[in-house]
Amino acid sequence: MKVLVAVKRVIDFNVKVRVKPDGTGVETSNVKMSMNPFDEIAVEAAVRLKEAGKVTEIVAVSMGNQSCQETIRTALAMGADRGLHVLTDIELQPLAVAKLLQAIVAKEQPLLAILGKQAIDDDCNQTGQMLAALLGWAQATFASKLVLGDGSADVTREIDGGLETVAVKLPAVVTTDLRLNEPRYASLPNIMKAKKKTIEQTTPETLGVDAAPRLKILKVEEPQKRQGGRKLASVEELVDKLRNEARVI
Amino acid sequence: MRVLVLAEHDNKALKPATLNTMAAAQAIGGEIDLLVAGQGCDGVAQAASKIAGVKKVLMAADPAYAHPLAEDLAKLILTLAKGYSHLLAPATTFGKNVMPRIAALLDVAQISDISAVVAPDTFRRPIYAGNAISTVQSSDAIKVVTVRATAFPAAPASGGNAVVEKIAAPGASGLARYVGSELAASARPELTAARVVISGGRGMQSSENFKLLESLADKLGAAVGASRAAVDAGFVPNDFQVGQTGKIVAPELYIAVGISGAIQHLAGMKDSKVIVAINKDEEAPIFQIADYGLVGDLFQIVPALDKALAKPGGN
Repeated sequence: MKVLVAVKRVIDFNVKVRVKPDGTGVETSNVKMSMNPFDEIAVEAAVRLKEAGKVTEIVAVSMGNQSCQETIRTALAMGADRGLHVLTDIELQPLAVAKLLQAIVAKEQPLLAILGKQAIDDDCNQTGQMLAALLGWAQATFASKLVLGDGSADVTREIDGGLETVAVKLPAVVTTDLRLNEPRYASLPNIMKAKKKTIEQTTPETLGVDAAPRLKILKVEEPQKRQGGRKLASVEELVDKLRNEARVI
Repeated sequence: MRVLVLAEHDNKALKPATLNTMAAAQAIGGEIDLLVAGQGCDGVAQAASKIAGVKKVLMAADPAYAHPLAEDLAKLILTLAKGYSHLLAPATTFGKNVMPRIAALLDVAQISDISAVVAPDTFRRPIYAGNAISTVQSSDAIKVVTVRATAFPAAPASGGNAVVEKIAAPGASGLARYVGSELAASARPELTAARVVISGGRGMQSSENFKLLESLADKLGAAVGASRAAVDAGFVPNDFQVGQTGKIVAPELYIAVGISGAIQHLAGMKDSKVIVAINKDEEAPIFQIADYGLVGDLFQIVPALDKALAKPGGN
């Protein structure tokens, strides 16, 4: 069985993002980029299924400019078998990504697509659900446990207030939540091996997908700053302030 | 303009985030209908009909909706969507699961997690864990939107008098089946709806030590939350997590205990009205946004605070 994983290149989660002075977006030049953390969990989930003998091939897909190849190499070093890069310079929004993935699924015919639940740049949390919709597949979002069965999968989902388990028919889309696994670091030998794995390149035009953005970004601003920093000397002073100044208790 | 709000409920009661979503719908304007899809949800539909500003409650009662499966709900909503200019749901795990599926089936973009309505086609939303705010405009015929509940006031739960109209259900998709759930049973209020939230971080050191916070929470009628570090360390379950990838809260009072204040955590709580930070590291970033900070050992401060709150005083 073949698994597709989608990996996005984003500003590293440790970087403090800066809004561009002209309000068109955030500064991305000379900023450390990494694989979206939830996508690392997706790759790890696929690799573990392969190690367990349930999966035969893992295809890692990324979309964007030439630098996305680095992100695909990371997935290959973690254990994905081959890469697919959709080369484009246009801003890809979730619906376009879902359509591109749909076209790739039509070609690759995987039984499972594993995606991160959310990218930490646009915080949209849409692509997996959209892909499932376009394919007419079941979706199991925010997965914290994934058990592959024969023709179906039992997925435990993180929901508000606890956990929910659903049984989804395969093929299906699974999106990952934090507790699904702890992604491995790629070992040096595996990083070397990954250099020999193939990354096939394609474009939205070749895939026949109109990937133009639907939402117009009018401006990007800094959020309002909070005035904090006041330190108190004792618990008594805190209780007094909460009762008589802030009046919240 | 006609807005359809997807109500979140458990077949017994409406979830509070539905009321905040109503407020966002009112900010958009036009007629507002509310969809209650469930099983044995007559009581919920009745309650929904009392919400101020609702024109009509559409009730779809069917075994397929006993549990909110995205595949089946999307199929239902697709039969209604063409009559509306906007489809709204709260940006909870419920809304986040269902709405993008509908958007894709309608071939429209979704606007996720809006924090303000600028115009019926223009919305503000946080990106990069709230470190930037994006203003986006949609030219799609139907706007599919999820709403950040903490950014909107709750619409009054009474005062309305909407009709309840039963609608036909198109049946189950057969793609997914509910197996079971483990919901945390707690006498404390829900994190996202609590007036006071007390969260613990890595500094709590163990699951056992969270009892200190629980005792404090019971005195303040508070919910207990946690940073991702505390969840990753296994001190508490994931549904305690406050932050970019967990829950977004904005209570009257937020007390951060042993939390350093990573940007991902701040993203989930910085809109709280009053923030208190208790941490032994005076350089911890949490102090920069805290209204009141106490530098010191939480294992001394928290019990002392617990004791001080037990004494009557103030108002």
